[in-house]
Amino acid sequence: MVDQLFPKVGIAMAEVLERVGYSIDFPENQTCCGQPAFNSGYRAEARTVARHFLDTFEGCERIVAPSGSCTAMVTHHFAELFEKEPETLARVHALEKRVWEFATFLTDVAGVEDVGARFPQVVTFHDGCHALRELGIRAAPRRLLANVRGLELREMLPAEECCGFGGTFAVKFAELSGAMARTKIEAILQTGAGTVVSLDPSCLMQIQGALSRAGSPVRTMHLAEVLASR
Amino acid sequence: MSVEFDQKIHDTLADANLQLAIYGSTARLKQGRIDRVGELPDYQELRTQANAIKKHTIENLDYYLEEFERNVEARGGKVVYCKDATEVADFVLGLAKEKDAHLIVKSKSMTTEEVDLNERLEHHGLESVETDLGEYILQLAHEKPYHIVAPALHKTRYDVADIFTERLHVARETVIEKQTAIARAVLREKFLAADIGISGANFLVADSGAVAIIENEGNARLTTSAPKVHITVAGIEKVIPRAQDLATFLKLLARSATGQLLSVYASFLAGPRRAGEVDGPDEFYVVLLDNGRTKLLPDRAKRQSLYCIRCGACLNTCPVYRKIGGHSFPWVYSGPIGAILTPQFMGVAHEPALPFASSLCGACGEVCPVKIDIPKILLELRSDVRKSEAREKQNRLEKLAFRGFAWLVTHPALYEMAGRIAASMAPSEDGGWISRVPPLMNLPPVKAWLSQRDLPPPPRKSFRELWRQR
Repeated sequence: MVDQLFPKVGIAMAEVLERVGYSIDFPENQTCCGQPAFNSGYRAEARTVARHFLDTFEGCERIVAPSGSCTAMVTHHFAELFEKEPETLARVHALEKRVWEFATFLTDVAGVEDVGARFPQVVTFHDGCHALRELGIRAAPRRLLANVRGLELREMLPAEECCGFGGTFAVKFAELSGAMARTKIEAILQTGAGTVVSLDPSCLMQIQGALSRAGSPVRTMHLAEVLASR
Repeated sequence: MSVEFDQKIHDTLADANLQLAIYGSTARLKQGRIDRVGELPDYQELRTQANAIKKHTIENLDYYLEEFERNVEARGGKVVYCKDATEVADFVLGLAKEKDAHLIVKSKSMTTEEVDLNERLEHHGLESVETDLGEYILQLAHEKPYHIVAPALHKTRYDVADIFTERLHVARETVIEKQTAIARAVLREKFLAADIGISGANFLVADSGAVAIIENEGNARLTTSAPKVHITVAGIEKVIPRAQDLATFLKLLARSATGQLLSVYASFLAGPRRAGEVDGPDEFYVVLLDNGRTKLLPDRAKRQSLYCIRCGACLNTCPVYRKIGGHSFPWVYSGPIGAILTPQFMGVAHEPALPFASSLCGACGEVCPVKIDIPKILLELRSDVRKSEAREKQNRLEKLAFRGFAWLVTHPALYEMAGRIAASMAPSEDGGWISRVPPLMNLPPVKAWLSQRDLPPPPRKSFRELWRQR
């Protein structure tokens, strides 16, 4: 999704990681973690894609993803996919420890909460469901935002309610997904913030898509883009 | 997706009053839960404990059911095993005939809804009256429960005024207290005249042979004590080993369900009235219902579905339930728990789209007091639906599409080329988001997306192209 639709998010993430002292490699064979197939019930197809992921990232020291959802797929669901393949399962367990969501990589691995960003705007933060509930990420992005100069965070109520994306759910149950998105943007608009920040490009696509359709000037940004601003 | 499921979702979303009623009622229940569990310092430990008790019980269900049966019979009650709806109805009808019974009062029970007991009894000329206020309103309106705990959650007081006026021929009354008084006056007479009382059960306590019923209106207590014959209808999964386990479950149940510390009435029924007791039935029966439950037992991953204590917390917190309500669901159990119980009890073909009607946000699993991993079970069921489709040779186009997807993303060079072709076809509105696409690109998923939202404009270069140039 970042590669094909939101390349700026990837560039921003690389910039922030380099700024805090990491050197970045982008293994060119990477494509997808297989979550769309897994969540749609096509486990054999998901396994094919997951194997490709394992091959691609085998030699990497740490793998950082600009998405809580993709991270959770690797760290929480790959093991389910390979329950009956002990050898692959061992590879999964070796890999999953090295896979990090971007915000928690900064706070928990790099030990950084202030990346020297400046973003003088009022923002609100949307908790992506998989980041929040599968990975338990709530504080890390807020701590990072708190250290951005000029930024004011105004929490929406509730921040943790789903935006209605849900992968293929967004098109299979389009009307329902759209209704959920509109409830989400009501909460966003009530904060008066000009920017919605999140950890997941897919949530941001849903929210921005609904904001744009509603004719709202509020824009969405990935946390990496905010942290890359100076 | 069945046309019916699709239509019900559409109709519910399009009904502004209904949307307000569902959203408002669930919001109150949701916040109540959050407030009450927030006061419990050991809330997470209680959940873990409740889960462990349920897990242990379900894994030793035969043992505890036999213990329960022995103890019920030791207290003079009788246990009847029924495998399905017909057997339950046959048992009740047989007993009613034997006792020359005509009027039955019922307290709230999802299990009896599951087997359409009222309809079956009425079909044979018996009058079966719901005595829970919400259930009574729905019985008058000829509707099924909208919610596991709050069956008439979708009815406003104005709706209730209309129903009472039409069915009870009373003057239109919109004050809730007065509506309650109207229902109470009718129901008191029914309690006094009833030949048989039928209740559900929240817990079946194995070590004491007792049925525990948790409620707020007192109607269950009257139902189980006023008539001469009492029948409890409960799913076999309701058994718990010890009375002391209630200490765990009762702390969780009312808090999770309605945001109460405890419900108003907790009744423990053990056998018929004994010598010297003033209240209670002369005969006490417990119907233990399978109705598909034993089919779940061999499945290691999914049998945790049977841990459910029917608190409804997953419904109140579910952003899907809060939009599509209870009647969109294809069976009596709605919301996230309905989405996992229905395919398992009725078969995945009953409504193959049901496990997919979820954004997998995980809010249900987070609030479940017995820690049922609902999102995981939904994923398992999605896989089961695909297996069933493959057997039946259905939905082959989608299967092919996902095969194509898996093939494409494991061939990075082709994946990159395909991405560039798609991007070159998409319209670019000066970097603005796209609200329509050329006919050639207007494939069903794109069309569905655009029916509600705009699409991002394709970037001039993909990330990998930008990265190479760096």
